[in-house]
Amino acid sequence: MDKFVEKELNGWGRYRGSRSHIYRPEKVNGIAAAIRSGKESSYIGRGLGRSYGDAALNQDGGVVLTERINRFLSFEPNTGVVSCEAGVTLEEILKVFVPRGWFLPVTPGTKFVTMGGAVACDVHGKNHHRDGSLSNFVLDLKLLLADGQQIRASRDENSDLFWATVGGMGLTGMILSVTFKLRRIETAFIRVNYQRTRNLDETMRLLEEEDQDYNYSVAWVDGLAVGGSLGRSILIRGNHATVDDLSPQQATQPLEFAHRRTWTVPPQVPNFVLDRFSIRAFNSLYYRRFRQHPVNSIIDYDRFFYPLDSLREWNRLYGKRGFIQYQCVFPPDTSRAALVEVLSRLSKGKIPLCLVVLKRFGAETGLLSFPMPGYTLALDMPMLGTPLLSVLHELDQWVIRQGGRVYLAKDACLSAEAFKEMYPRFGQWQRMKTEMDPQNLFSSDLSRRLRITGVDD
Amino acid sequence: MKQVLILGATSSIARAIASEFAREGVNLFLGGRDLAELEHMAADLDIRHGIQAHYGSVDAEDFAAHKDFLENATRTLGEIDGVVFAIGYLGEQPRESADPAAALKIMNINLSAAISLLAPIANILEEQGHGFIMGLSSVAGDRARPSNYVYGTAKGGLTLYLDGLRNRLDRQGVKVITLKLGFVDTEMTYGKRGLFLVASPEQVAKSACQTLQKPSGVYYIPRFWRMIMLVIRLIPDSVFKRLNL
Ligand SMILES: Cc1cc2nc3c(=O)[nH]c(=O)nc-3n(C[C@H](O)[C@H](O)[C@H](O)COP(=O)(O)OP(=O)(O)OC[C@H]3O[C@@H](n4cnc5c(N)ncnc54)[C@H](O)[C@@H]3O)c2cc1C
Ligand SMILES: NC(=O)c1ccc[n+]([C@@H]2O[C@H](COP(=O)([O-])OP(=O)(O)OC[C@H]3O[C@@H](n4cnc5c(N)ncnc54)[C@H](OP(=O)(O)O)[C@@H]3O)[C@@H](O)[C@H]2O)c1
Repeated sequence: MDKFVEKELNGWGRYRGSRSHIYRPEKVNGIAAAIRSGKESSYIGRGLGRSYGDAALNQDGGVVLTERINRFLSFEPNTGVVSCEAGVTLEEILKVFVPRGWFLPVTPGTKFVTMGGAVACDVHGKNHHRDGSLSNFVLDLKLLLADGQQIRASRDENSDLFWATVGGMGLTGMILSVTFKLRRIETAFIRVNYQRTRNLDETMRLLEEEDQDYNYSVAWVDGLAVGGSLGRSILIRGNHATVDDLSPQQATQPLEFAHRRTWTVPPQVPNFVLDRFSIRAFNSLYYRRFRQHPVNSIIDYDRFFYPLDSLREWNRLYGKRGFIQYQCVFPPDTSRAALVEVLSRLSKGKIPLCLVVLKRFGAETGLLSFPMPGYTLALDMPMLGTPLLSVLHELDQWVIRQGGRVYLAKDACLSAEAFKEMYPRFGQWQRMKTEMDPQNLFSSDLSRRLRITGVDD
Repeated sequence: MKQVLILGATSSIARAIASEFAREGVNLFLGGRDLAELEHMAADLDIRHGIQAHYGSVDAEDFAAHKDFLENATRTLGEIDGVVFAIGYLGEQPRESADPAAALKIMNINLSAAISLLAPIANILEEQGHGFIMGLSSVAGDRARPSNYVYGTAKGGLTLYLDGLRNRLDRQGVKVITLKLGFVDTEMTYGKRGLFLVASPEQVAKSACQTLQKPSGVYYIPRFWRMIMLVIRLIPDSVFKRLNL
């Protein structure tokens, strides 16, 4: 329990990395024992390391893996309320519960994340415009605090701690287990509608007018389109299919489907695989795949929610330099101008955008949760060094001026000052932190970079 | 429906073995000393596989309590088709060298507890004329190395004891399986230097359960350890003494 492995760990973007002492408890008591051992000046929890930047890194300190803390603790078949340990992955939840007619209430774009990591980032999915973020479905958390206490936190019990922990990036303590509510489904399929738009105005208009008809809605934006085509997109929107929607063959076993084959990217990929030219070709091919008129189809949830999961270790495609995902959100009134500005700045800066995703958000939740009403934009780009960093810093300032913010689960570059301006409820969060963890026993590279600590310095 | 007793159920190898059984619909009794953990395990096996998983507290070194524990376990299971002995303790050789009490602790947990807990089960299985005993021994028991010879002695003793049970019970229709494990990625080995060819608990569990389809006997897991240990045992004493193992 007090044994560790010293190793370099990376964020998913492979741009941030640091050496730390890695603990891997096998039991809940082992987590407490590792932290109680007092061997390290600080600790941070780590699930599957799918956060892009430095949220699950802790240079020269302790990193506590939850990969072996992965038991289901209870399940109510009438209500769909499940309780599980923090290291249970979304993949396992789907495997166990989809065949019984239950689905995740909220899911990010990969199923390779742990429940603990998902709560710590208060993740959002394609249904945020309707259902909000994951914390809306979390009933109860069990936490290990800096003083060694194990306590429960929910909307009724220790509610301050609950709102500081969802979205709290692991900095309030270790999440030991999570109780949450699943969503009832009739089938494992999604009825999807693909629709091509010509420009940003059309994209935003359709999202605003029609989002209420779809449980899931997101726009894939052609990141390289400029001028009058700026913001042209494929809208990908869907609802859970009912048995009536399925083909007779699918309907015989509506909760089953043939899983896709998976591929693994080899460890060494040259940088040119994803360069300006290949990215341009990909974007334009993808855009052209869809016609002007809407296309409907029925696909299984795996293809709908997790297109990238069939390519294991796809982050290696960016080569050694790694990549950045910049995800920001703008309030509704400034969204249009802000989106135009961001997209045109990046295309002017000759930054190749591999993946641009636009989505409307619903309500705000935890004190440090990312989502707020408005539009969120996520951009993937290869790490091109200083020129990219300076563009991103300019963007941060722009985002602040528009009253928006950047997602910490993706962030690798923000400054402490910018963070404070983006998260106006940080002061409230900080009071909790100072009270519960005055020594900053729970710290990460992210928390040091952005000074998400207790006592203000 | 089959019923199996797992001793040392909280070990990661035993956990993976329990999942293998549960996937086959086998009901389980989990014996261990960390009740909170056993409760989590039992709930998990029930939710994932819909089996009945019971659990109870057993401390390897508390020999006096073994009888009651076994009575409770067998009563709860009703009938017993097999037992897996996964309790083990590696210790640290420098400590054992300095302190005989520390060495005896290793002998007690790895060997004496096995005898104390398996003997009564062996009698039940012999009487009913079917079932299996599976013991998790180690390649460390094949040859005593300076770095862990007390553990090696205990595991070597366990291997011999299981041999004895096999020689006695085979003709009664009871299978006795000795698993000689190589390095496995568990709490026992995590953070230790100088390990090689480390297997995952899931791989080991899969192979372990496959041996139940095979004849009574000794199995190396993973299989290549058989060759490695053959070579190691062939090294003459005069050379072995000078190796830094
Ligand atoms: C392809 C891809 C698509 C994605 N899509 C989305 C999306 O659509 N929406 C979205 O919101 N996010 C998305 N993400 C981000 C991802 O959902 C989050 O980063 C998530 O937190 C990763 O979970 P993890 O288990 O890998 O956690 P890690 O990356 O290991 O950790 C993330 C944070 O959680 C903390 N943490 C982990 N476990 C615990 C614990 N037990 N107790 C306390 N703190 C803990 C860590 O300290 C860290 O701060 C995506 C990521 C990828 C790679
Ligand atoms: N890992 C390897 O490389 C390796 C190699 C060869 C053989 N083995 C053998 O495989 C078996 C499983 O080991 P593992 O690797 O999974 O390590 P492990 O996790 O340390 O498992 C050891 C098990 O023994 C239990 N135990 C220890 N002392 C006990 C006591 N006094 N009373 C009751 N239970 C006690 C532990 O219970 P707690 O959970 O309560 O501590 C745990 O369940 C062991 O017999 C080990 O010797 C392992």
